[in-house]
Amino acid sequence: MNASTEPRPLARLEDVTQHFNVGRPNEQQVLHGVSLELHRHDFAALVGPSGSGKSTLLNVLGLLERPSGGTYELLGEATQALDDAARTRLRGRALGFVFQFHHLLPAFSALENVLLPVLMRDGRIAPSWRARARELLASLGLAAAEGKRPGELSGGMQQRVAIARALVLDPPLVLADEPTGNLDTASSDEVFALLRRLHAERGIAFVVVTHDPRLAARCDRLIELVDGRVRRDGPTGD
Amino acid sequence: MTLPGGFELVVAWRFLREGRMQSLLIVVGVAAGVAVVAYISALVGGLQQNTLDKTLGAQAHVVLSEREDAVLPSAAAASAVAGTTALVQAMPRAQRLRSVANWPALVPLLEALPEVAAVSPMVAGSGLVLRGQAQRAVTLAGVELARYDRIVGLSGRVVAGQARLGPGEAIVGRELAADLGLGVGDRLTLAAGSGADAAQDTARITALVDFGVRELNRRSVVVPLREAQSLLGLPGGATRIDIALHDVWAAPALSARLARGWPYLVESWQDNNASLVSALNAQSLSTAVIRAVVLVVVVLGIASVLVVSVVQKQREIGILRAMGATQGQVMRVFLLQGALVGVAGSLLGVVLAAGLVKAFTVFARGGDGLPLFTITLPPGLALQVAVVATLCGLLAAVAPARRAARLDPAQAMRL
Repeated sequence: MNASTEPRPLARLEDVTQHFNVGRPNEQQVLHGVSLELHRHDFAALVGPSGSGKSTLLNVLGLLERPSGGTYELLGEATQALDDAARTRLRGRALGFVFQFHHLLPAFSALENVLLPVLMRDGRIAPSWRARARELLASLGLAAAEGKRPGELSGGMQQRVAIARALVLDPPLVLADEPTGNLDTASSDEVFALLRRLHAERGIAFVVVTHDPRLAARCDRLIELVDGRVRRDGPTGD
Repeated sequence: MTLPGGFELVVAWRFLREGRMQSLLIVVGVAAGVAVVAYISALVGGLQQNTLDKTLGAQAHVVLSEREDAVLPSAAAASAVAGTTALVQAMPRAQRLRSVANWPALVPLLEALPEVAAVSPMVAGSGLVLRGQAQRAVTLAGVELARYDRIVGLSGRVVAGQARLGPGEAIVGRELAADLGLGVGDRLTLAAGSGADAAQDTARITALVDFGVRELNRRSVVVPLREAQSLLGLPGGATRIDIALHDVWAAPALSARLARGWPYLVESWQDNNASLVSALNAQSLSTAVIRAVVLVVVVLGIASVLVVSVVQKQREIGILRAMGATQGQVMRVFLLQGALVGVAGSLLGVVLAAGLVKAFTVFARGGDGLPLFTITLPPGLALQVAVVATLCGLLAAVAPARRAARLDPAQAMRL
């Protein structure tokens, strides 16, 4: 790829390091100078053995952790100097999250869970947002489930609700941590196909952490981490 | 999202609803605390009011009288020869009945004071009631009935006859009448003084009264001011001025102020009822201690439930933070939970307290079948307790809310 013709990346990490337990006997360096760019057209798999730093990298990308060193720009904004409130705002604007365990709030219905980010941002739910959330749920095959609590839904359905919630504010980048890790093969395929469809239809970039080589092979780009270093970063087929 | 209010209120309410049993238990706990505080306050308030009414019903709040006669050491004794020491012993004087100097001028001055509700001059001295062979030592009180009535509410204390005090008329205590076999309309002979000063008069009884204190009922004879003046040998005089105040607790301040400015002896009801006042103070203090302890228990109860809730909801807090909730929003979610528990507990507690107050008036009755005393739950008190309990809820939520707000979202979700 030619960097000069490439539009500005959504996210750019340069020489990012992450240390845990600094100054203690159990000090550990989890990321060693990670540099990578994420673009709108990316549908990337982030793979690597356990302990390779995938989750840490995802947390750094998600502004859930501050890296110990290096620079991280999200939507062109340098994030190191931002305070917690500014990081929270940027996170809400730029990112959607899908987790292995769906993390839906059990006290809210499917529709309410999808609307929570809107309520959080605006302090109220305008009717247009309600309509949009309904439409989103319907497009994910959940029209009949909108009034149900997470406990009343199957694992696959819960994960689809979580995806709808990640998408409701139309973030340009969605970070998915083992989004199918907790599902059987059929549901897993279904959810993955859905992510691909959303990428194609809405132009949302995805970074999917996965242990499943089958799913990784279906992504466009493969980023492999080993011992906190990027060992490989390129098109999946290479 | 049918609830009005923003993100924080919606999430706080849902979190509370989700942990239904936990929330219910703590609301009931707060309600019990609020009920105890409100009920004890109402009970002690009622008890104190009842005691005060009984005590103060028959006496003035402030009494102004002439200073006691004192013997001053003679000038010769005081100026002893240089180099010598004079030992001076002054014998206290026997106190005689004396009129408050210039009292008619004092009455309007006292009446003009803003805290004063009523002023009544009185001539009081000891005398005898004679009837046939029987005689009783009594306190003769000469008053202007209209004024005196406003001090002790005499007309409300009449048990027989009609409160009226024309020339040659008298109102007597219930027990005294019984002792002497007197009734309304009967005549009695009043005597006072001795030797050359001895005086005697007759009067017709217009009313029997109950002062609320047996000893007063046994010793009191109330007659017109003029007749007492002539019986006690103080023509035109008044031995004391009784003052009633709008606020009984203002008595010490007023009496101190008057005593400073005027050359009279001024005593408040507190001066004359020191043991009662200290008993009331002790009671108020123990009530305050009970209230404080209960409120501390309420705060700890709410706080412990919310701390548990923060631990239980770490993952949800993490996800809210990841979705874009600020630390402030998470903090407010938990503060609101504390406040909601406080409000709900307060409302329930006030209802419970009202029930307890009602039960007291229905079931706690004396031997005569009448309520021991009346207690009420004034709306102001209920509101005050409810507001304090709600603030306690908010206060109790501060530590858990800060803890929730400080949770690291990445770590919270891993748990």
